Parts: sequence; C-alpha cells; structure tokens
Amino acid sequence: MKKFLIIFTLIFLNIFCFNCAAVNDSINVYSWGEFISNGADKSINVNAKFTEETGIKVNYKTFQNNEELFAKISGGGADYDVIIPSDYMISRLIEKNMLAKINFENIPNYKFIFPQFKNLNFDPKSEYSVPYMWGVIGIFYNKNEVKEKINWDILWNEKYKNKILMFDNARDAFAISLLRMGESINTTDKNIWRKAADELIIQKPLVQAYVMDQIFDKMDNAEAVLAPYYAGDAAAMIKNNPNIGFVIPEEGTNRFIDSMCIPKSSPKKELAEKYINFMCRTDIALANVKKTGYSTPHSEAYSLLDDEIKNNPIFYPNESIIKKSQIFINLPDNINKYIDELWVEVKSGGTSENSWFLFVFLACFGIIYLSIFLCKKNKIKKS
Amino acid sequence: MKILSKIYMTLIFIFLYAPIFVLIAFSFNNSKSRIVWSGFTFKWYLRLFENQDILHAFYNTIIIASVSAIIATVLGTAAAVGIYKSKKWQKKLIINITNLPMINPEIVTGVSLMIFFVLIYNIFGFFKPGLITRSCAHTTFCVPYVILSVMPKIRQMDYHTYEAAQDLGCNPIIAFIKVVIPQIMPGIITGMIMSFTMSIDDFVISYFVGGTVQTLPIAVYSMTRKIVSPEINALSSVLFITVFVLLIVINLRQAKDKKIKN
Amino acid sequence: MKIKLKLNLLPYILWMTLFVLIPLMLIIAFAFTTPEGTFTFNNIIYATKYSAVFGRSIVFGAIATIICFIIGYPMAYFISKTKIKYQSVFIMLLMIPMWTSFLLRTYAWMTILEYNGLLNKVVSFFGFEKINMINTPGAIILGMIYNFLPYMILPIYTALSKMDKRVIEAAQDLGANKLTIFKKVIFPLSLSGVISGITMVFVPSVSTFVISKMLGGGAILVIGDLIEMQFLGNSYNPYLGSAISLILMVIILICMGIMNQLEDYSANQNKVK
Repeated sequence: MKKFLIIFTLIFLNIFCFNCAAVNDSINVYSWGEFISNGADKSINVNAKFTEETGIKVNYKTFQNNEELFAKISGGGADYDVIIPSDYMISRLIEKNMLAKINFENIPNYKFIFPQFKNLNFDPKSEYSVPYMWGVIGIFYNKNEVKEKINWDILWNEKYKNKILMFDNARDAFAISLLRMGESINTTDKNIWRKAADELIIQKPLVQAYVMDQIFDKMDNAEAVLAPYYAGDAAAMIKNNPNIGFVIPEEGTNRFIDSMCIPKSSPKKELAEKYINFMCRTDIALANVKKTGYSTPHSEAYSLLDDEIKNNPIFYPNESIIKKSQIFINLPDNINKYIDELWVEVKSGGTSENSWFLFVFLACFGIIYLSIFLCKKNKIKKS
Repeated sequence: MKILSKIYMTLIFIFLYAPIFVLIAFSFNNSKSRIVWSGFTFKWYLRLFENQDILHAFYNTIIIASVSAIIATVLGTAAAVGIYKSKKWQKKLIINITNLPMINPEIVTGVSLMIFFVLIYNIFGFFKPGLITRSCAHTTFCVPYVILSVMPKIRQMDYHTYEAAQDLGCNPIIAFIKVVIPQIMPGIITGMIMSFTMSIDDFVISYFVGGTVQTLPIAVYSMTRKIVSPEINALSSVLFITVFVLLIVINLRQAKDKKIKN
Repeated sequence: MKIKLKLNLLPYILWMTLFVLIPLMLIIAFAFTTPEGTFTFNNIIYATKYSAVFGRSIVFGAIATIICFIIGYPMAYFISKTKIKYQSVFIMLLMIPMWTSFLLRTYAWMTILEYNGLLNKVVSFFGFEKINMINTPGAIILGMIYNFLPYMILPIYTALSKMDKRVIEAAQDLGANKLTIFKKVIFPLSLSGVISGITMVFVPSVSTFVISKMLGGGAILVIGDLIEMQFLGNSYNPYLGSAISLILMVIILICMGIMNQLEDYSANQNKVK
C-alpha cells in the first residue's frame, strides 16, 4: 500500500511540475487535418523545427471544418493561439469580435505574400489574417469506373448510387448544389437556399457517406468512385493511386483562402506571431506547400516550386477558372441560421410532416406507464 | 444440448473478439492500408515509442485516470460510510443522486458539464477546460461505481469493532483508519480499479469537456475520421495483451490460493 | 458521532451538487432561454421538428436492445450452467473486450463491413454477390449490439447465478417439465437482471453518436448526432442542443419508469403467488 501511495504522490507532483513547465513556452495551434509538413516521407517536421529553434512547444490539433472551429472557440473553453480558418469564417470571427489584430511588425515575412492575396473581401484591411494556403474545390473520380465528362451534375447521377461521397459541412455541400444550379454561392435569398437544400435531399439516397478527410481512405480503397474535395489533396492522392483523377468542373467552382489568425482569447499573442512569422519563412512555406499540395500565396515559395507543379492547372488554375470561381463571404446571421436548419434537414432526410409525432409518442409512453401502475395497485388491493 | 450450448458460446465469443483480432492483425501490416495485407512487420511497435503525440496523449490519459480514480475513491468511500449510517429518507435521496449520472445518457452528462464549465470560466475565470475539468468530470462519473462496490462491504462489516475501538479509547478518525478501512479494503480497491479503467476508456464525456488536452480516446477519434495510424493499433494490442495476461495471472493466483486453503 | 458521519457525506454531496445537479439545471435553463436570455418555448417546439430523428433513434435502440436480449439471455444461461470454476473465466472473457478502446473496436468493424472489406472478401470468395453493408441502418444496429452486448449478459448472468437451485429442484419434484420450469421459475427470477440489462443497453444505444457516425457514414442521423452538432459540430446552438438533450432525458426517464414499474409488478405477482 505504501508503495501505491508513493507512486500516486509522484504522479501528482508530476502533473504540477509538468504544468509549470508547459505554461510559459507552448502554444496551441488549431488547423485542418493534413495541412502541415509533419515529417513523414522525409519532409521537414515544421512544428518540431519551430520548437528546436525557439524552445516553444507546439500543441497541434486539427479540426474537420470551419463550423467545428467556430463552435470550439465560441464555446469559450478552448485557448488556441493560432487558428487557420477559411475566408468566410474569418469574416464571421471578425464580425463577432473574436480575432485579435495582428501586429505586423512582428511578422516581417509577410512581405513575401502575393499582393493579390492581401486586402481581400473577408478581411478588407488585412488586419487580422495572414494567408497560408489557397485552392479550389473539384471532383475526385475513379478512372476505372467513371468515363464520362465530369461536371457538378454527375454527383446527382443514379448510375453511381452509393458510390458518391459528399462534404460533411453545410457551406461546402450547399456550394456544390448552388454551383450546379448556377447561382451565387453567397446568395442571401432564402428561396434559393431552400431550392439548393431540396436538391441535396434528392441527392441523399445516392450518397454513401458524408465525410471530410475520410475520403482519402475511401477513394483509395475504391469504396467510393466520386467525391468532391479540395484540390490541394489531389497531389498526394493521385501520386498514391494513379487510378484517381481530379477535375475542376467548368461551371465554376469555389476558391478558398485559409489564413492564419490569432483569437482574441489567446494569452500568448507574441508567441503566436512568432509562429506565424515562422510559417511565412520561405523554407518552411515551401516545405508545407510541397507536403500538403495546396496552392501557396507565398511568392518566394511559389518561385522555388518545380515547373511541373507551377504549370499544373489543378494547383494553379488558369485565369478563366479563377475568374469563374467564387470566394465565400460571411452571410448575415439569419441566413447562417437558416442554412444550419436546412443542413440538419438534409442530413436527416427531410423533416417529418407532423412534428406532433413526438408528443404523441411521449403521451403513449405515459399511458403505458400509468396503466401498469394502476394494474399494480389493483392487484395489491385484491390480494 | 451441451454441444449446442458450446457452439453457441463459441460463436458469441468469436463475435466479440473478431474486431479485436482484426485490430491486432493489422498492427503487423506493412502498409498503412487497413484492407490490403502487404507483409509482416514490427515497425509500428517501434514507431509507437517514437511518436511523441501518442505517448503524450497516453501520459495525459494515465494522469487523468489516476487523479480521478483517487479522488473518486476517497469521496466514494467516505460517502458510502455516510450513507450506511444516515436516516432512511436521506439514504434514499442520496442513492437517487448517485444513480443520476449512471442513468443519464453519457452525452447529456457531457454537454451539461460543458455548459457548466464554460459558464463558470466565462464568469469567474477558473475551471478553464483542460486537465482539471476533465479530471473533475471523470471523478463525477466514477464516484457512483466506487460507492456501489464499497457499500456491500460496509454492510458485511462488523460495525461493533469500530465502536469497540472507540470504547477502548481510540480517536474516531484513527479507529476508522485502523479498523474500518482494512475491512472494506477489497471494495475500495475494486472501486478504484473500476474508476481507473472507466476513465481510461471514456470518450464521450472527455470529448465535450476537453479543451485542448489530448487523451488517447480523443486522439483515436480524430484519427478514425481520417486514417487510423497503425501505431494506435500497436498500442491497443499492447494494452490488450497486458490486460489479458494480468487477468490470467490474477485468476491463476486466486485458484492457487483456493487450492492451498482447501 | 452523528456530526462526524454527516461530515463524511458532505464532500460527496457538495461534489454531486456542483457537477451533476447544477449542470443538469443548466441544461433545463438553457432549453427554455433564447440567446438573449429571455424565457421561451421555441427551442422545445423547434426540437420537435426532428421527430423523425427521435423516432429513428428510439427504433434503432429498441431493435438493438431486443436482439441483445435474444442472443444475450441464452449466453448468460449457458454460462451459469457451466462449472463454477469456468464461470469466472467466461465472465472475464466477456469483460476483456471492454478494456480495448471502443472507438477502435468500432473502427475495426468498418474494416470488416466495408464494400471491399473482409466480410465481403469472404462472400465473394464463395462466389456470391458483394453485399452493401456499411452505412446502412443495419450496420449501426450491429455496432450497438456489438458494443453493448456484455451489458446485457452480465446482469442476467448475475441474477441467474444468484438463484437458489433448490427452487428448480422443488419444481422438478413437483413434476414440472423443463419448459414450465423455465417459464414459471427461472425466467421470473432472472427478471431483475433482464430489466437492468435492458436499461443498460437501451440508454447508451439511444444516445450514441460515435457508432452512427462511424458505421452510418453521417448519412443516418440519430439524436446523439443532433446534440453533438449543436454543441461541437456544424451548427452551433447550445440552446437548441439543450432542448434536445432535455427531451432525450425525458424519453429515457419514462422508459426507465416503465421498466421499474414492470419489475415491481412482476415481483408483486411472484409474491401474490
């Protein structure tokens, strides 16, 4: 028993010491999955290198979609120091007053960012964000199974029933429906959103699963043959499995810009800026681009890329595609709420016509309960 | 009939163990794929000990489990003794409160604690989501199990020995430690082990009260949404085999003890 | 003496009030407030829009519970029939899977059930058509059964093994055949185990979100998913989430009430006889 006590006290002491050591020199980074050079396949382990150079430990956690990030941050519980949301989420966070203004004096490497990625509509004065990666969405397909011309409409094709994957987040899924309808992905007309949702409900029986990063696994194993996803993942996937192709539909697409921001709640703003500056250093930016396969807004890193990649229309699409592409902007609160409602409706396969079902159900249960209760009383009385 | 029952039991055990064997098998798979078999390897076991993230998560898990098991055991044992001696209506009330977290769906407990911690943090500035909140949450759902395993032992105990010790001039607290605790020790240990294992495996509640702290189940969950790295398979195989061997050893020893007694 | 014993209870009561009662009160409070902090019924009314989801979860949970009972009862019965020496071994074997992470075990089922997965490889090896198993309601129910089956077997086994064997012998002496003995003696005496087994399977099945996410592909929504979506998922709205949680709690409380009444009822009937 005494041994037990000693071990437990040791563990207790350990926590406190561990915490003391960790408090001053660590930052929490919250980013997308597969979005950094992590040391696999002989790449640079960026976070480890940062720790090595500065002595600051990086707790790197990943999220699945912007909404998850928003929920975590607005819950107030999480204390992230650097986050990498997409365009529309940045403007939403700015509107909600949840981002801290970045002190650009601490980020000299900001000069490397292409000017066309500065002062964009989600952060008009470029006060809150430093662009990290950009890209477009397109459709991944299995070359053995899909031979026809690919546009957004193919995701509604009965032929591929149960072989289609869809985005598991409202904004991206709705964007596909809207692009297919030829509407603006930032429309504020509720009727159009309603129509887009109806189309997604029609599509639902054909969809095998609503997933995010699982599509790598599922496409690779030929579980699914069609999946819309971000272009940046194309490189890794095609290299891994030559049967997989990637197309940017001609109707137009969504262009996203993921940028590094600092939440207002961050207690270590300066360390966070140090990290952002580090991420903008040319060698680090290059390593990240090479590993993740997304397109870079970093001029030096871009010029150091192989010509093969620079000229690849998947990664650096030509002007006509860029012109046709749309960038998300934040929508008014009531539209956002409406989209959330519609999204639940899509995922649950339409709302039921009679919302009183639940009450009827509960009432039935109550009656059963009462009847057993009464039966019991009677029995006891009789006996 | 006998053969039939044996076949039936075997089938059920196959059903229960099939996924575990799949897990263990793929921890030896050479490639990352979880479908294609591409040769035998031990490399995932070696890499496991180099993977800082997984080891760190494992470390956090053990810390949270130990802390919450200890607090739960202390609280639970004290409460069990208190419940035993309290009046009938009090007893009923307290037992009902004890049952509450066990009846309540885990997800509801999780979200209620999440709202609570976030609110407290936003108003008072403490209970920042992290190790402490998670330990508190784990303690909360472990205490009832400690009470459940200690209560029967207290009922079996001879309470007069405690009174006798006091009559002989022993201070109540020392009497409690020297007389009562040893008698209910088996219950305490069972409760502690139960709390420890439940805390290690808990995902749902940790998921909601987590903050930025990474524990094993959380790490596994975020991996299952992409590709589970075979290192995790290796880790769970190691854990599984450890538990398996431990339980067999304990059982064998018990059997031996019984034989000696006979 | 009395004061001291109350002191024993005090920390526990404080702890439970702080971490169980107050949070539950908060859920109730949140369910009836708007983000601005005024009283409203809208959250509850809005939550009833998802009746289909509630209905689906309850049906899935009920099916999983019934199947668990059907396959779990014979298992518990057979175990209780084996030699006492082996019984503890079997019980241990039942408990061991619970020590490996349930996430990983469920994930392993994904590998087994997928279209190109292990089971379909076996199926196509024998020359049959591949079956689409993953991402169907069946897969979710299977996951529930797999994860919660031990919770059904263990309490039934405890009830069966506690049973006084002499009662069965008495019934035999009185000329009852095996079926009658089972119907009139064994089953009623094991009912307490069955009922705690049913609640221990039903409650987690109805409220799960991990199993439906992993084996249902996110296309089959259940209550757990809905709650998770409101708190950490796609649509952040803790007020609506609280309302849904509250309804879930009410459903479960009513189910438990029915179960308890049934138990009392049968216990009384036994006494009457």
